Amino acid sequence: MTTFDTIHDDVIASGRGQRTGRRLSLPLLMRRLPPGLVLSWLVLGIAFLWAVAPWLFTSYNPLEGVGGEQLRRPDAGHLLGTDALGRDLYARIVYGAVHSLAGAFVAVALGLVIGIGLGVVAGSVRRRLDDAIMRLVDVLLSIPPLLLSLSVIILLGFGTVNAAIAVGLTSVAGFARLARSEVVRVRRSDYVEAAFGSGGTFSAVLWRHVLPNSLTSVLGIAALQFGSAVLQISTLGFLGYGAPPPTPEWGLLIAEGRNYISTAWWLTTAPGVVVVLVVLAANRVSQSFGKVAA
Amino acid sequence: MSTSAAASPPVLEVENLSISYHDGIAHHRAVHDVSFRIEPGEVVALVGESGSGKTTTAQSIIGLLQANGRIDGGSIKLNGTDIARWSDRQLDVVRGAKISLVPQDPASSLNPVKTIGAQVSEILRIHGAASGHALEAQVISLLERVGLSEPALRVRQYPHELSGGMRQRVLIAIAVALKPQLIIADEPTSALDVTVQRRILDLIDELRTEFGTSVLLVTHDLGVAADRADRLVVLQGGRVQELGATKIVLAAPRSAYTRQLIADAPSFSAVARKTPATAREKAAPSDNDVVIVDGLVQDFVRPDGDGKPFRAVDGLSFRVRRGTTHAIVGESGSGKTTSIRAIVGFQKPTAGRIEIDGTDLSQLRGETLRQFRRKIQLVYQNPYGSLDPRQTVFDIVAEPLLNFGRLARPAREAKARAILSRVGLPEAALSRRPHALSGGQRQRVAIARALVLDPDVVVLDEAVSALDVTVQARILDLLDELQHDLGLTYLFVSHDLAVVRQISDTVSVLKDGRLVDGGAVEDVFERPGSDYTRELINAIPGQNRAALV
Repeated sequence: MTTFDTIHDDVIASGRGQRTGRRLSLPLLMRRLPPGLVLSWLVLGIAFLWAVAPWLFTSYNPLEGVGGEQLRRPDAGHLLGTDALGRDLYARIVYGAVHSLAGAFVAVALGLVIGIGLGVVAGSVRRRLDDAIMRLVDVLLSIPPLLLSLSVIILLGFGTVNAAIAVGLTSVAGFARLARSEVVRVRRSDYVEAAFGSGGTFSAVLWRHVLPNSLTSVLGIAALQFGSAVLQISTLGFLGYGAPPPTPEWGLLIAEGRNYISTAWWLTTAPGVVVVLVVLAANRVSQSFGKVAA
Repeated sequence: MSTSAAASPPVLEVENLSISYHDGIAHHRAVHDVSFRIEPGEVVALVGESGSGKTTTAQSIIGLLQANGRIDGGSIKLNGTDIARWSDRQLDVVRGAKISLVPQDPASSLNPVKTIGAQVSEILRIHGAASGHALEAQVISLLERVGLSEPALRVRQYPHELSGGMRQRVLIAIAVALKPQLIIADEPTSALDVTVQRRILDLIDELRTEFGTSVLLVTHDLGVAADRADRLVVLQGGRVQELGATKIVLAAPRSAYTRQLIADAPSFSAVARKTPATAREKAAPSDNDVVIVDGLVQDFVRPDGDGKPFRAVDGLSFRVRRGTTHAIVGESGSGKTTSIRAIVGFQKPTAGRIEIDGTDLSQLRGETLRQFRRKIQLVYQNPYGSLDPRQTVFDIVAEPLLNFGRLARPAREAKARAILSRVGLPEAALSRRPHALSGGQRQRVAIARALVLDPDVVVLDEAVSALDVTVQARILDLLDELQHDLGLTYLFVSHDLAVVRQISDTVSVLKDGRLVDGGAVEDVFERPGSDYTRELINAIPGQNRAALV
């Protein structure tokens, strides 16, 4: 009675089999990759390298000012100019990457782990515990994210890690909802029932079948969330709730530059542009994940 | 066949048609030099298995090839005009008016957010055939013509309010609305029950004689083609294997492939495929019943919460002797699937007793239920949904052994390998994932997974319905062989009586959750005990040939 869909699937399946079976040559791969995606990976790669090995990119010290070099315009010596204390802005952005990216990474990891945990439990046990978890998630969703993260920071205290935890908690609800809906979808499938039918225990089926099959789209969203976490952490830094000065965190850089916006435009513009580029790149990359999954 | 064909040109003439698909790297030829013609008022059937290029050929005629498809060469002449390279805009005039399409899947071919009336009137409006009150009247008369009851009511209904057969009638109404010269019916009934299938095919036949329309019937079911078509075009691997008048092709097939198709079609072979179990087991005592179902009742609470619960199965009783095959037959909604889900222990029956190999299912809970699953295994209808897409074939088959972890790793691997080669899968398939296998191979994997625990009873839920006849025949052979060698008991659920007649020893016929007929398969087929059973038997396609040969 399902002949109709299987006939088409068959054709598609054989085509797909051939495609994955054949190894693509490098130039062919290059030609088929969209340039926007390549550029996005490049941006993320550079940001990652800044975070891992900042000394490779600049010889200036990001924390110590040089006398007489204050508020220099961008030139050959200082690529992006200097700030009010004579610190090289480019060096500060490079050294700041580790704070912003690590913060975003911790935030996403936290949101992902807690969110998936809640979602998988809610999706697989159903009934009362499901209701309890999902109403909790509804409460989380109903609080504006910025307010939620500010409250968490006030409770936990200031600092890079605490800011990351605060941002991570705001994304728990989204991950939990998505994970639950995926789990509910996968749980209804024949192969999950077949796994129970061949004697699988609840936890074994959950681990072997439900979890791997429901995570694809959740991971796609995680990449998207990474971009918005960078933005949120910069927001908290800008408001003074993140890393304390003199840490060269990107949000803090923008905030510090704000005082000189009429005389030294580059102090706000350069870190702002970097944040925008990283967020856009993360969005583009997550979009490509979604396409592969579909 | 129309004898005046010599005078008037054929409605459709396909010559040396070649089509290829681009997979991102290169073009792959799917159809090679296919030629055939359709005379006015004639029914031509394109027959072949999945991947034979029959749907591709049909799609190319109406200019609906998928985006990565391309016509490489040849011509498609409609009334003498070559339309093979026409643009979509040029084809708009032809589509619906000269050539129309009855699509494969009535469930997804209608727009769920538009009323039936809006969808039928759309074609009349696009081609400017009618408007206003005349349009409405014409829609109602069309729906009436295709045999829908209460057409004035149907006009305002949405697709989800209609059954599969009714939806297919709506699609046919759309196809015949402008009295086209050619209707392409792409597997118009493969998603429908046999009785509904017969009525739909009768309807197409009737409309054909009334309007003088030609029909291109695309089907994998040789039985359907034999009943309905004047001429057959047998396709394999995108090439024409055989072409000719139905009677001649069926009586004296020239190509080996056609002979194979005829041998495999369940509706043609009157002889039983299986080794008769009745002969083996006749002397066995009656306490050798491995499956005992007594007064099974299954109620479902209606989603709206009020009123009487819906009774899906009502007092079903049967017994199956060890080593035999019992078939459960009925249309969709007759309670077949509900019954077997209770029998394999996926849901608790409302009332009644189910005993498998001496174990009463109602006593089982938690761990005892899990241990019980070793005795009875289920093979699902759809091999595309029942295998985890992220596991390899080997992992899928070894998993049940892992669940009852009594075997050490090497022993487990040896056993999984043995069972996979037992069901006829090549060694190379072990490390593949399900998407790289064909439908038949997937069903073999599902059978291997069911057998790896050495169960007593295997329940096959429409296990061969989704497969092509040739693949179906191989799987049925395999099932018979396994039963013979391992002493398995099968519970075979199907809507296809032709298959049931071949494979089973005893049969239960269900209608609306009640048992209407039951007993040995020969008795039920020779002397049906109810009108419903008789109707089901008469609806088996391919009976023309039985009379012919």
